[in-house]
Amino acid sequence: MAVTGGLYALMAIGVNLTWGLAGMVNLGLIGFFAVGAYVSALLSLRLGIPIVAAIACGGMAAALTGAGLAVITARLRGDYLAIVTLGFAETIRITAANEIWLTNGSDGLSGIPGPFRAALNPELYNLLFLAIVVAMVALAYALAERLAKSPFGRVLRAIRDDEQVAAVAGKSVIAFKIKAFALSAGALGIAGALYAHFNSFIAPEIFVPLFTLYIKLALLAGGRGNNRGAVLGGFLVVFLLESGRFLIPLLPGLSAVQGAALREFLIAALLLLLLRLRPSGLLPEPRRTLVDYPRTGVAR
Amino acid sequence: MDATRLLQLLLNGMMTGAILMMPAIGLTLIYGVLRFPNFAVAAHATVGAFAGYVVNTQLGWALLPSLACAVVAAALVGVATDEFVLKPVRPAGSITTAIASVALTIALENVIRFFFGNDLRGYVLPVVRDWRFAGLRLSPQQVENLVIAGVAVAVLFAFLTFTRTGKAMRAVADNPMLANIKGIDADKVGRLVTFVGMGFAGLGGMLTGLDTTIDPLTGFRTILSVFAAAVVGGFGSVPGAVIGALTVGVGEELCLVVLSPEYRSAVGFLVILLVLSVRPRGILGQREF
Repeated sequence: MAVTGGLYALMAIGVNLTWGLAGMVNLGLIGFFAVGAYVSALLSLRLGIPIVAAIACGGMAAALTGAGLAVITARLRGDYLAIVTLGFAETIRITAANEIWLTNGSDGLSGIPGPFRAALNPELYNLLFLAIVVAMVALAYALAERLAKSPFGRVLRAIRDDEQVAAVAGKSVIAFKIKAFALSAGALGIAGALYAHFNSFIAPEIFVPLFTLYIKLALLAGGRGNNRGAVLGGFLVVFLLESGRFLIPLLPGLSAVQGAALREFLIAALLLLLLRLRPSGLLPEPRRTLVDYPRTGVAR
Repeated sequence: MDATRLLQLLLNGMMTGAILMMPAIGLTLIYGVLRFPNFAVAAHATVGAFAGYVVNTQLGWALLPSLACAVVAAALVGVATDEFVLKPVRPAGSITTAIASVALTIALENVIRFFFGNDLRGYVLPVVRDWRFAGLRLSPQQVENLVIAGVAVAVLFAFLTFTRTGKAMRAVADNPMLANIKGIDADKVGRLVTFVGMGFAGLGGMLTGLDTTIDPLTGFRTILSVFAAAVVGGFGSVPGAVIGALTVGVGEELCLVVLSPEYRSAVGFLVILLVLSVRPRGILGQREF
């Protein structure tokens, strides 16, 4: 469960880059996740490429795809990016389900190698993976924080708050948007690749739009615009999901399908409630003053 | 490919397009007035389909009354959800509202799944043989769908052009501030457009199901094609949605010659990409993007 939380956190950090900082909405998050997962899985399964390299390739593939998508839509209103990303995710899912020669179709790919899987018993393997994921999250967090505080991050925030002003200030808005989107997609892809190797099995049915909602929820709950919130949100969402998985079967008289429907409904409803009541999340982005005062002893 | 095959494909495409038109009109209407893409048209299509299903199978209503029920049910649900779920979020911006509408879609879909499960269900309709002429095949059901769609669109056009409320709607879509000055209540118009828009979505949902079956994902499966239709035609333009739907319908059928049927949504996606790269405004859209 912690591993999944970590993966969600990783993805949330990635999404924060676009949604939180740059104000670009990506409704096809699972599409990039899927690209990363499949590329990495296929590379290591079919071509025997070492896992680390495969994961890196997965991330890069996702990043390239993200860049491509962004190039087409960067000029347009956010609504269009939303539609295009949604379509992208669905297309990936359909392709994965149908191109059997490549992805084994709905049966999915199994037996994806994991690091030292054969040598360790299941518990130790999970722990090892948890360590890997935690390390990746920490790395991503560090990188993201540096980016956020850097000039790159400032430009992104400027773009989010008022695109025209940013353009007038001489920043190539489109280039920045594409870069941010590509980075975010890459993070998602790496998370996907990690998932594939952890789970040893992936199939198209995993990559549904609901998943995108989970990540959005994670970021929203934790707090848009800041990475600590992203991490917190990631773990929170997984906690909710898993406790739902345990608790809902306890409700009497519900069939399995109804239980699943109830769970999905609650997640969607939670997202809606959050959007309505507390859009800034649990750890809202700190308001920045013109000059960053040192944190000690200054009244806010 | 010979001419007959081509004609058959065109025919199929027009039929598909006629059904696609309904949710597309709903989407574009709501966008025109409320200024955000309401992804929930997909879910309301499903709502309409199931409402019609319930009255058709449980109460034994005939086709047209069931359709009417589908329209009204979807419209009412649409107004309710818009009022309580989407309207409070609208001040946060169109993108946030769009995200909310996606969440709403999933929520509604699951409510339906909760009560009806995942099974495919079909309507109770008299079985009629397909017509065959000149080497082409056409099912009477499809023709009926086309006629119903045509009537609905005609009624809408008349409403928008000739009635006072219709003109008020167009006014708000065109220039909300001026409309407000003229005393037109934007709230009421918003509710009305949601009613009409979602009603159309519900109609489209049931029409889709008449030909085949329905399940909780009926609406969502078509969402890319619906969006493609609206994008091609130009968001905010009803005639655009009509043209766009027909174009996408025919386009999908033509592409399905080389691709497997599963890729239908992918075609919609590619169409969207294509249009956005080349002419984001669509055929009849007016706004700059």
